[in-house]
Amino acid sequence: MTGYVIRRLLLMVLTLFGMSILIFVMLRLVPGNISDILFDSAGFVDPVDKARLEAELGLDQPILVQYWQWISGLLQGDLGYAYVSEKPAIDEILPRIPVTAKLAALALFFSVILGVPLGVISAVKQDTWLDYILRVVSLSGLSLPSFWLGLLILMAFVQWFGWIPIYTDKPDTLLKELGLLSIPAAAVGFRASALIMRLTRSSMLEVMRQDYIRTARAKGASDFAINYDHALRNAMLPVITIIGIEAAFLIGGLIVTETVFNIPGVARFLVEAIQWRDYPIVQNLVMLIAFIVVFVNFLVDMAYAAFDPRIKYQ
Amino acid sequence: MAAVDHDAELQKAGANINGGFGSLLFFIRSYPLGAFGAIIVLSFVLTAIFADFITGYDPTTTSAASSLAKPGIAHIFGADFMGRDMFSRIVYGARISLIVGIGSALLGSIFGVIVGLSSGYIGGWFDLLMQRIIDIMQALPLLVMALLMAAALGPSLINTVIAIAIPLIPQTARVIRANTLALREMPFVEASKAVGMSEWRIAVKHILPNTLAPLIVLGTAKLGSAILTEASLSFLGLGIPEPHPSWGRMLSESAAEYVRTAPWLVIFPGLAISVVVFGTNLLGDALRDILDPRQRQ
Repeated sequence: MTGYVIRRLLLMVLTLFGMSILIFVMLRLVPGNISDILFDSAGFVDPVDKARLEAELGLDQPILVQYWQWISGLLQGDLGYAYVSEKPAIDEILPRIPVTAKLAALALFFSVILGVPLGVISAVKQDTWLDYILRVVSLSGLSLPSFWLGLLILMAFVQWFGWIPIYTDKPDTLLKELGLLSIPAAAVGFRASALIMRLTRSSMLEVMRQDYIRTARAKGASDFAINYDHALRNAMLPVITIIGIEAAFLIGGLIVTETVFNIPGVARFLVEAIQWRDYPIVQNLVMLIAFIVVFVNFLVDMAYAAFDPRIKYQ
Repeated sequence: MAAVDHDAELQKAGANINGGFGSLLFFIRSYPLGAFGAIIVLSFVLTAIFADFITGYDPTTTSAASSLAKPGIAHIFGADFMGRDMFSRIVYGARISLIVGIGSALLGSIFGVIVGLSSGYIGGWFDLLMQRIIDIMQALPLLVMALLMAAALGPSLINTVIAIAIPLIPQTARVIRANTLALREMPFVEASKAVGMSEWRIAVKHILPNTLAPLIVLGTAKLGSAILTEASLSFLGLGIPEPHPSWGRMLSESAAEYVRTAPWLVIFPGLAISVVVFGTNLLGDALRDILDPRQRQ
């Protein structure tokens, strides 16, 4: 087990290292850097001014030197300076994380609270009308773009309550903030719950076909005990894995939803930074996302190995 | 692999086989939801192809007089701020969605097959290297990867197709590689080697056709996610540029404002995206049940 953990950790570091190269190269492929954007919008371009700006931002250095400056800084906790605001990148990124983290936690909570029970019901009532309805609902959840769902929710609020639940100022209490965030979180969570529901259902059906369930039935255990005591426990294990997939899935939903609801989080900030070619912000934020995805998957693998005694790693 | 007599199997299952029409009826009866999805996808494709005949308005012609016109007889879905007819923008938007959807799903699958097949068949250090590259590509969510690609390539129709196709490669590559690894050990591959066939010929002529079923299943699923990703990219302003009518971008044009004043500008494009993706998902589920029986639920 220790060997397995160490190997997984090394693989994680290797993946993140590869990612850093990929992001860096990709951003430098972009035609035009921030100095082009700033000077193009100004109309008249003085090459001397432009060269000075590029030198100031270090954009005239060879690409390897630029990469080394970024990575060595990153390892020491120095993320460089944002181009647009000229503030340290860390001061731009850190304050925006709590809102996004709360939104993500709420969305994950909604998706599990909705997805797991509905998936179980769908499996237990397989091929009944209830199962059909739940399957169509979950499939439609995967088909609605979450930004459109967010817009529909906004529209419903305008229609029925006459106000729009978008984030203008930071609410004074945590409870109020969570209340306000729960609306966009529901939009993201509904989509994610559809994924959980489908996987819970298939995992549950898989388990219910196994011999020990037939044995339980033969010895006269009640349907309730079979479904919820015998089957559900084993069916939950693969569902844990989904949380790993969900991490990636949720981030995509957060990006568009924060834009719709005007939430000042990191996910929306990434889009703004990409549009401005604000390299220090984009490369650090993308590294953060990659780290979260890789780390959550690592934790899921560890949880799997710890909880399932059937799994053995050399 | 034992040969399966498909007709006999279908007959046993109660199918009335009279050529293509019989199996079509069988499909509709056994997979009503899948058939419904197929109808949606088919009408989507036909709308995209025959857009010019469906609507009388040009999707890019502006008109100050009909700015923000409500849905009515002249404009059944209303008109946007620039007075462009929403119905024809949605009809022509199907063309954009179809091009991006099929284009990136196809491109992603082709590269996925090339990577997966060569990785699984060649093996060794090449396989190891490819696997690590795929790990790296999978460490970013589809939308984030597509956003970066779209920004790197610049806004255009072709670049959007490429930006979405690249993040679609890893999943196909993984599945094809796993299939190839299993198939490589099959007796028929050994037999082909014994007859003196070249490695290349075995990979393309014998292994590839056997991975077709999962490829079709994955490809259909990718069609839906490619259409959704295009909508999200365009919504965020990094996808299809003007003057192409993209469903996603129609929703970005100050949608938060129109939620109050012109809800029809928000409802119809979103509905179009959702219905089409819903159709591909229904069809994809049915295809998975038919072509990949091991995953049947």
